[in-house]
Amino acid sequence: MSTLHTDRDYESDLRKLREQLLLMAGRVEEMIGESVRALVDRDAALARKTIDSDHKVNRAELAVDEQCLLILVKRHPMASDLRFVTRALKMVTDLERIGDLAVNICERAIDLAPLPLLKPYEDIPRMSDVVQSMVRDAIDAFVSSDSDKAEEIMQRDDEVDELYHQVFREILALMIQDPRVVECGVHLQSVAKYLERIGDHATNLAEQVIFMVRAKDVRHAGKLGG
Amino acid sequence: MALLPDDKVKIRVEELSFFYGKTQALKSNNLEIADRRITALIGPSGCGKSTHIRTYNRMFELYPGQRATGRIRMDGLDVLDRGSVDGITLRSRVGMVFQKPTPFPMSIWDNVAFGLKLKGCTGTELEQGVTQALQEAALWDEVKDRLRASGLSLSGGQQQRLCIARALAVRPEVLLLDEPASALDPIATARIEELIRGMRGSLTVVLVTHNMQQAARVSDYTAFFYMGELVEHGPTDQLFTFPRERRTEEYITGKFG
Repeated sequence: MSTLHTDRDYESDLRKLREQLLLMAGRVEEMIGESVRALVDRDAALARKTIDSDHKVNRAELAVDEQCLLILVKRHPMASDLRFVTRALKMVTDLERIGDLAVNICERAIDLAPLPLLKPYEDIPRMSDVVQSMVRDAIDAFVSSDSDKAEEIMQRDDEVDELYHQVFREILALMIQDPRVVECGVHLQSVAKYLERIGDHATNLAEQVIFMVRAKDVRHAGKLGG
Repeated sequence: MALLPDDKVKIRVEELSFFYGKTQALKSNNLEIADRRITALIGPSGCGKSTHIRTYNRMFELYPGQRATGRIRMDGLDVLDRGSVDGITLRSRVGMVFQKPTPFPMSIWDNVAFGLKLKGCTGTELEQGVTQALQEAALWDEVKDRLRASGLSLSGGQQQRLCIARALAVRPEVLLLDEPASALDPIATARIEELIRGMRGSLTVVLVTHNMQQAARVSDYTAFFYMGELVEHGPTDQLFTFPRERRTEEYITGKFG
């Protein structure tokens, strides 16, 4: 909405919240990229550095929560403002979880670094590219209130799920052939699972954007029973 | 566009315009007031929301130079048609409570008994009517031992509940509340709001308020007025989370002026 709030402090409170979320999302997206790069490059140092940086995301989560509570208590937001603030409160949890999953990938990268390479990395970097783009686009859609874009992100999650199943089956077959690669295989399956979970969280982000723009809850569509 | 089916409508306002002399204060309002539900009217000062409800019981006809056109059908009968609905009868069917408490300068008991006596109530019937109204207005426990004390001796919040009891005593079908809590502290306000919510199901209530949180807390339906026009009317939960009209969105998010 182009019109500004009559109360300029309110306007700046909302702007600050938007900026905090953007910064946090940007950092989380970087962490996904770094974690998969640490894995592919067998770079344990990069993995450790990324793990250490997770506290920034955690701190950002607390700051966003606090900013939302302040706005709720001071401003009693209504309509689009209310939808924005309540969605921000939910999105921050998804972003924080994505950060944690990137940390999990880094931990697996550290475990895998000394082990022999099972097979060249192809599908995992592809999964990483897709989920990173999902997180990035979800945040872009959030900032520009673009629910069509958010809908398109939700469709991309199917691609991630397909890649996950492909990776899982492929590694399973390798482990059956040669039990010596089980340790390595289990770690890689975990990484694929973490990326698949990141895709789910990015889908949650997109669902929140759709609610914010259209006030239509698309979560659990047709799956609530009753 | 009809929001409610006919059997759920207590008052149907059609093409209502209002004039203070030559100044037009309401412009062709069309609105349905849901039967035995709470409807809140919101909007900036001077938007016409108080003027609007004052037409429901023809309060305006007590002032010279004020004129309403259009139709206000209550249970099908046009209350603006003086020939078919007499003002005194109308105002006993459509009660009203104002922003500032207006107890009569008489005892608590006499304040509530006033309308009942006008209707010819005496004896036990009068006694019961007063007691019941004070109980319904959640004032009974506080005043039962001093019913002969002046209504003016009560606190602001109690005076307002006394006015509500006075209005309820004559068993109105509709109760108009014009900013009933805006002069009260948060605790007295909470009691009035609780009282209003309790009327749901037995009385048709129209609440004018500046306080959007109050409208959101108390009402089933909300109507937004702007410059004499009815901009939007809908279920309260929907109007405050996802208004249809841009002007409503701008007003309730504080983007005016």
